[in-house]
Amino acid sequence: MATKEENASGTPALVFEGREHSLESLHEMHDMMLFIRRFEEKAGQMYGLKKIGGFCHLCNGQEAVCVGMQHAARPEDYMLTSYRDHGHVLARGSDPTAVMAELLGRAGGIVKGKGGSMHMFDAERNFVGGNGIVGEQVPIGLGLGFSSWYRDDGRVTLCIMGDGGINQGGVYESFNMAALWKLPVVFLIENNQYAMGTSLDRASAETHLFKRGISFKIPGMQIDGMDVLAVEKHMSEAIEHARSGQGPILVEAITYRYRGHSMSDPATYRTREEVDEWRTGRDPIARLENQMIEAGLASEDEFKQKDREIKKRVTAIAKEAEAQPEPDPAEMWTDVYANPIEDAYPYPGKVG
Amino acid sequence: MNKITYREALNQAMCEEMERDANVFLMGEEVAEYNGAYKVSQGMLDKFGPKRVIDTPITELGFAGLGVGAAMAGLRPIIEFMTWNFAILAMDQIVNAAAKMLYMSGGMYKVPVVFRGAGGSAARVAAQHSQALENWMANVPGLKVVMPSNPADAKGLLKAAIRDDDPVVFIENEINYGDVGEVPAEEYIIPLGKADIKRPGRDVTLVAHSRMTGFALAAAEELAKQGIDAEVIDPRTIRPLDEKTILQSVAKTNRCVVVEEGWRFAGIGAEISARIMEKGFDDLDAPVLRVTGKDVPMAYAANLEALTLPSVAEIVEAARVATGRA
Ligand SMILES: Cc1ncc(C[n+]2csc(CCOP(=O)(O)OP(=O)(O)O)c2C)c(N)n1
Ligand SMILES: [Mg+2]
Repeated sequence: MATKEENASGTPALVFEGREHSLESLHEMHDMMLFIRRFEEKAGQMYGLKKIGGFCHLCNGQEAVCVGMQHAARPEDYMLTSYRDHGHVLARGSDPTAVMAELLGRAGGIVKGKGGSMHMFDAERNFVGGNGIVGEQVPIGLGLGFSSWYRDDGRVTLCIMGDGGINQGGVYESFNMAALWKLPVVFLIENNQYAMGTSLDRASAETHLFKRGISFKIPGMQIDGMDVLAVEKHMSEAIEHARSGQGPILVEAITYRYRGHSMSDPATYRTREEVDEWRTGRDPIARLENQMIEAGLASEDEFKQKDREIKKRVTAIAKEAEAQPEPDPAEMWTDVYANPIEDAYPYPGKVG
Repeated sequence: MNKITYREALNQAMCEEMERDANVFLMGEEVAEYNGAYKVSQGMLDKFGPKRVIDTPITELGFAGLGVGAAMAGLRPIIEFMTWNFAILAMDQIVNAAAKMLYMSGGMYKVPVVFRGAGGSAARVAAQHSQALENWMANVPGLKVVMPSNPADAKGLLKAAIRDDDPVVFIENEINYGDVGEVPAEEYIIPLGKADIKRPGRDVTLVAHSRMTGFALAAAEELAKQGIDAEVIDPRTIRPLDEKTILQSVAKTNRCVVVEEGWRFAGIGAEISARIMEKGFDDLDAPVLRVTGKDVPMAYAANLEALTLPSVAEIVEAARVATGRA
């Protein structure tokens, strides 16, 4: 339980399982979760208007995982995930207009309009994608972790995968190497109970996913991914474990996606009651708001006012992004090679 | 004749073959309870039950290998890849196991498996989900590679693929899944390795497979308005390639444009144009031209995507160049 306390300097704070959170930090976490929620809703709307195309995977319901882990990490730590990446890149602090512009395929998109929803990257913030092939990011995360071991640079890699992705063979190859060489990697499983239309128990023989590292001697823990303070606490512990040279660790965050797998999924494989139970009973944003209100640190009106501001901000972001031009057609030919050799495109596809 | 969609045609082919042969089963991600990510296996779980229509975890290498082993033991697996982009993870089982098993075992082990799913670009799904990899597979002895362009071909070719004793790589196209076409009401099989002349013509041969067949037919319409009579050939099976039909056409038209969605380097067009040069050189009045996807990964932005894909206009332009009308 969270309790209100005053810290030594007399400023209000909230203590959760022995960890003290300043009012400022609580508001930051809250505002970012709410911002991600409203951003995703806007993205969903824009998709409905056919302004966003292709696959668009929203993370509504999973905000506490993105935000809690970001608060536990350092800016120099690497983070990489799957195609469900909007929340993570926003939590990381990337420019939301560039993220929206990417969704719209605009020149000012975070990867110049080349990647779209599934391929967000931000090298400046050590956000390494945005990977579209299920499980693909796990061995890549291993490599980032290896580089930290090799250079002894003190960084930790947060390597995120889904409850579906956990079943790819490359994940276990990575677990073994990470443990063998004690690489500083936190493997985080976002267990949102479904991989597309397949519920966890229909795809996994061992549904306690935090145990999947046991045969590699990787410690695992299961955490409440609907509680940002729990995520922050346990991810801090996990990151500390990895940073201290003890090797990889596995964290299974139990969470839920409110929307379909992607915008084209009607999600008929689960009941409305089930969705409602999570949405109304365990929503991470409402939960933090209640904790803060109960502790006398904020008021309902304050949150309502914030929501209005955030909605306005998201609308402005969408407008600004939409006003951008499409990428220059010449961009089609750039970024294929880092060292393009002269006449690197002997086949421009042109006739004649 | 019945009017059905491309996806229904594939569904009918699988259902008919599963009714005919108890050794045939369908396995893949979301094929059963979800009725297929693209609804190709709609209703099949209800019809055949969970022993024959099986949802897998997301583990392409594993279940592709399962298909190989089951086929070696005499079953006839249909292994669905949600898309061929994901089959890249299973490439070892397809190329190193399925393709070579008969040869390596001195003829002891046949591998009658069908690997099927959507290939090529869908719409706006960017680099990792938009690629035509048929030239990779077609490079491998031991594999047969089939790519239907319309519902009737899809049904007849898939039935042939399921009955075939060799591993067949069967590449569909997501954008074609909703296409409607006439399909014979009675049972039929389309033999593998036979091209089809989709439109007869005298002036220039357009060779195009999968979604590009439709593009070539649209280009032929446009060319007709300009007084150029194009013949459109759909190889349907990429490996083995029915070069006879292509060479006969070129002997008549003396000009050829090969169209493919995939990258140009060592593509299907390169193979076809080399064969025409080797075996039909004297029939040519102009170099064989290729219209292909641009030599870059696929971008997400709508304008870049459109530029990267081959277009009807590019096919028309190539045909005009080939016929000396540009
Ligand atoms: C190798 C591969 N196989 C299949 C797919 C298609 N696909 C995309 S997302 C997905 C489900 C993944 O579920 P999970 O790992 O639980 O992540 P979530 O979508 O729940 O975040 C599937 C099957 C893919 N992108 N890559
Ligand atoms: Mg999941």
